[in-house]
Amino acid sequence: MLANTKSEPVVEETNEDKAVDMNKNVYKVDQLNLWYGKDQALINVDMDIPENQVTAIIGPSGCGKSTFIKTLNRMTEMIPIVKTNGSIYYRDENIFDKKYKVEQLRTKVGMVFQKPNPFPKSIYENVVYGPKIHGIKDKKILDDIVEKSLKGAALWDEVKDRLKENAFGLSGGQQQRLCIARCLAVEPDVILMDEPTSALDPISTLKIEELVQELKKDYSIVIVTHNMQQAGRISDKTAFFLNGEIIEYDDTSTIFSSPQDKRTEDYISGRFG
Amino acid sequence: MNNRSNHSISKMIEEKASNRGMTKFAEGLMPKVFLTCALISILTTVGIVLTLIFETFSFFQEVQVAEFITSSDWYPLHGDPSYGIRPLITGTLMIAAIAMLIAIPIGLASAIFLSEYASDKTRRMVKPILEVLAGIPTIVYGFFALTFVTPLLQNIIPGLSIYNALSPGIVVGIMIIPMVASLSEDAMSAVPQSMREGAFALGSTRFEVAVKVVLPAALSGIIASFVLAVSRAIGETMIVTVAGGSNPTTSMDVTSAVQTMTAYIVQVTLGDAGYGTTEYYSIYAVGMTLFIFTLVMNVIAHIISKRFREVY
Repeated sequence: MLANTKSEPVVEETNEDKAVDMNKNVYKVDQLNLWYGKDQALINVDMDIPENQVTAIIGPSGCGKSTFIKTLNRMTEMIPIVKTNGSIYYRDENIFDKKYKVEQLRTKVGMVFQKPNPFPKSIYENVVYGPKIHGIKDKKILDDIVEKSLKGAALWDEVKDRLKENAFGLSGGQQQRLCIARCLAVEPDVILMDEPTSALDPISTLKIEELVQELKKDYSIVIVTHNMQQAGRISDKTAFFLNGEIIEYDDTSTIFSSPQDKRTEDYISGRFG
Repeated sequence: MNNRSNHSISKMIEEKASNRGMTKFAEGLMPKVFLTCALISILTTVGIVLTLIFETFSFFQEVQVAEFITSSDWYPLHGDPSYGIRPLITGTLMIAAIAMLIAIPIGLASAIFLSEYASDKTRRMVKPILEVLAGIPTIVYGFFALTFVTPLLQNIIPGLSIYNALSPGIVVGIMIIPMVASLSEDAMSAVPQSMREGAFALGSTRFEVAVKVVLPAALSGIIASFVLAVSRAIGETMIVTVAGGSNPTTSMDVTSAVQTMTAYIVQVTLGDAGYGTTEYYSIYAVGMTLFIFTLVMNVIAHIISKRFREVY
């Protein structure tokens, strides 16, 4: 809360027509810069991420979109050479604050990765992993969590009879939905998805896309995608990244129908990327 | 331009092709050379096993198999000798057990540190150092046990005899720490990074990731390392010969002298057991027992690491 005393007006051309209300934003990114060693991957990124909407991040390979989404739950810290400055406010608290607990952040902000990465455990154990490490031990509660999370990830009907089987026996698309279920099990606030369908076939992709539409009722979703059609289909807002900078960030319909920047237009119309 | 240069290269290749005929003989010969080299070690193993079997057979013509297995006395040098293997097995397993009590926790903790906590730089420095421990000749460990560890333990445990099971057990454990650490670290490092990321992204601490995700995922490799280490501890000779004593007993007292299978074999080989005597043949029977123990251990390690390999 204290961190938010810094209320200088950030350039917010896109949000002018909607009443700008901090409470409606889950994230407020302020002048974020990030370096891998000496290479700067993110340059002065400013971005507000709205609650209960799907925010898509598009851009060509190497534009920093994956890096950006991984700073939102500080997963970039896993790479020792990464340096950042600037601030990211999650629910009005600066996540780079020394006192901020990264485990707490990652509990509230779930993440789904490019390739499904279930644990080599049973389907059941995969889902209850999160609740268990956070101290929930009651078998009945855990059973309920498993059912609810798997239903939430539209996987329950397919796996309810084989919860004790190893997660690696599932198909790629099922594994990815299991990872979503695993993420839902701790009831996060935000779900970050880093190209969640890039390793999946079209039918599994469709299922995940439908799921995203379903999930945004309860969760705020940030999704990185290299697939512009996907961004167009499922997102409410779209940010276009190029060479580490945000070129344009607006309602998805605006970005796709009347982009303001020539580079956005070129990318969207498939002239490069 | 392009065409012409291609043409000349293909021409050069054609010219060289005739020379390559010369190498054809070598091409055919090399597999045979390699096969021979491979056969040498296989044939040696077969030879050793056959010798063991034949000599063991000679032994059992003079000593009943039942006595060997069931009797609890090992007095091969008595006027009325008794050949019950149990005291030697007891001594061997006791030392191996003490060694594993030391090696498993320390080795595993080192592996977790190296794989999950240490930076790349630290790992690259620490791992070779750890492996140097494995390169120390075992006789050095033996003297270390007898002249350093035993006196040290005597300060703590009054009444500890100079030759005892505890000291060599501890030192054998120290000797196999690098083996446990190195093999377990390999198994843990082989766990894909994406799995750690998945766990971190759910709000796990580093310790939770290590213990609840990486360790279970690498369990087959880790257990295989334990089993191989047990096998190594059972077969260890110099340390137990120097510091363990030569007192075959079925007593589980770790403070008094014991004798392991390996130490007995050393004792007899160094002594003057005449060729063809029962005592002489007994080392083959003991050797056979030892071989069966380590073989079973290695097979178990192999099965464990193979059976669970495809989990990720």
